[in-house]
Amino acid sequence: MSAATPTAPATKPGADEGRIGLRANLRHIGALVRRNALQIKQDPESMFDALLMPVIFILLFVYVFGGAIAGKGQQQEYVQYLVPGMMAMMGMNIAMAVGSGVNEDFRKGVMDRFRTMPIARSSVLIAKIVVEVGRMLIATTILLVMGFLLGLEIKGGILPFLGSVALSTVFGAALMWIFILLGLSVKTPQAVQGLAMLVLMPLQFGSSIFAPTASMPGWLEGFTKVNPLSNLADAARALINGHGAVAHPALITLGWAAVITAVTMPLAVKKFRTKT
Amino acid sequence: MEVRGLVKHFGDVKAVDGVDLDVREGTVLGVLGPNGAGKTTLVRCLSTLLVPDAGSAVVAGYDVVRQPRALRRTIGLTGQYASVDEKLSGYENLYMIGRLLDLSRTDARRRADEVLERFSLTDAAKRPAAKYSGGMRRRLDLAASMIGRPTVLYLDEPTTGLDPRTRNEVWDEVRRMVREGATVLLTTQYMEEAEQLANELTVIDRGRVIAEGLVDELKAKVGGRTLQIRPADPTALHAVAAALAGAGLDGIGGATPDPAECVVNVPIISDEQLTAVIGLLGSHDIALAGISTHLPSLDEVFLALTGQKSSEAPADDDARENDQQYAEVSA
Repeated sequence: MSAATPTAPATKPGADEGRIGLRANLRHIGALVRRNALQIKQDPESMFDALLMPVIFILLFVYVFGGAIAGKGQQQEYVQYLVPGMMAMMGMNIAMAVGSGVNEDFRKGVMDRFRTMPIARSSVLIAKIVVEVGRMLIATTILLVMGFLLGLEIKGGILPFLGSVALSTVFGAALMWIFILLGLSVKTPQAVQGLAMLVLMPLQFGSSIFAPTASMPGWLEGFTKVNPLSNLADAARALINGHGAVAHPALITLGWAAVITAVTMPLAVKKFRTKT
Repeated sequence: MEVRGLVKHFGDVKAVDGVDLDVREGTVLGVLGPNGAGKTTLVRCLSTLLVPDAGSAVVAGYDVVRQPRALRRTIGLTGQYASVDEKLSGYENLYMIGRLLDLSRTDARRRADEVLERFSLTDAAKRPAAKYSGGMRRRLDLAASMIGRPTVLYLDEPTTGLDPRTRNEVWDEVRRMVREGATVLLTTQYMEEAEQLANELTVIDRGRVIAEGLVDELKAKVGGRTLQIRPADPTALHAVAAALAGAGLDGIGGATPDPAECVVNVPIISDEQLTAVIGLLGSHDIALAGISTHLPSLDEVFLALTGQKSSEAPADDDARENDQQYAEVSA
């Protein structure tokens, strides 16, 4: 309309003072992490997925499928197979919750407040990820404790074992950006859940997490080879059990994590910045 | 605050269509308009939440498009919907905001306590905001905006949906902020709210400014309140009108009997005139059955200022409900 703006008012000099320094940025992230942690304290039910899911899943899979896959009475062998794979699954399931959380946040006014404050807008998202990584580590710990109770043994040494935890955490954190992007793109938290399930199910079950892939039809086996969850499960399994190739699946997993982060993080931050 | 030719489109909808505004430092500008007039979009542009499509806006010396970061240090926003974290307690909300504004831990703690005290929320400080009443939440919201001592405050329909007592509390707080030197841009759907708080008024409709000026000027144009007098004896309508006409009250347009309703309508523009009218009727020994005052509705304001009805967009049910609630309150 008014392309010709009458008398541009005088402004203070300088392009845009108030760029946020690293230290301030870390302090902001700290304050926001505290916020997210307090939310959990206020609403302990939100931890159910992290606390109970590993317990329920491991029991179900070991006792329902364990015998069929490893042979009756051989459940313990299956524990050795399943638990490293489930570490991959935990990351994905927890990451899914980030999407609905971000979506929920945006439906409330509090995001408007954050976005009118002199803080880097990405710090809101980074704080969310920090807290979710914490939740993921809790879920993984519970999973491992359950695993030990069911007879899991660390055969590959403590460092490779920690490596497997680190690998699944890195991959899980990368996945969170996808779900943040999804959470910012759809209208309701329910829609986030629905869409996420559509993606999750084939990725989880079309992988080597629950069963060896050799018995699968060729096309599915081909899919499991590129499926990052398969590769993560294979790498974690090799690290914990002390045999099998580590480098190849680990590199594929890290490659996926890098690509996912490089593509979805800038998109998510941009979306967050411009979301109305 | 200087806004020139501000435009914001959403697809084909021109939510804000070339708005000019000036707010002098330390004053309150009321932006009055119906639902869908573009008030919220305007506030969102000026608070860096939206980037305008055209035009310019300078707030506290900073350009909203080119210097958003610097601007965010000087503004506070309280929206129609409480922008606090409902799962956190009042105190935790304010402490977090203090930390985000780079206060030290000690200062953030002290400032949170200070502001809680000031907004009478100290007793509720430890409770989660979700458990607050509507008025408390709105006060917490204002408190959150005050943590950083902003020099410019945007209040986007700060009392929509509040009961009269709570509304008065919010008004008192706004007045206090202004006394302390804040510059305020206030959007509202209610002439009464604008009258109570604003120095100057801009009326917008369909994203355009349709009237602007000092509140008193616009009030004079619109005609202030209408006093409705119901005499005990319905046949005394003309006697009432004659008594008032004879008194020659300054600025009163004239008393008009309305036989259908058995009332006499008297437009008034000040509280003194209200007292004068009642005193006059008493001295004439006219028995009254009822007396009430009515503020002009937003529709009447629009009619008086522009000669046409407002273009209220089909509002969602919530907003309508609020409107009705409020109309009952102010009637």
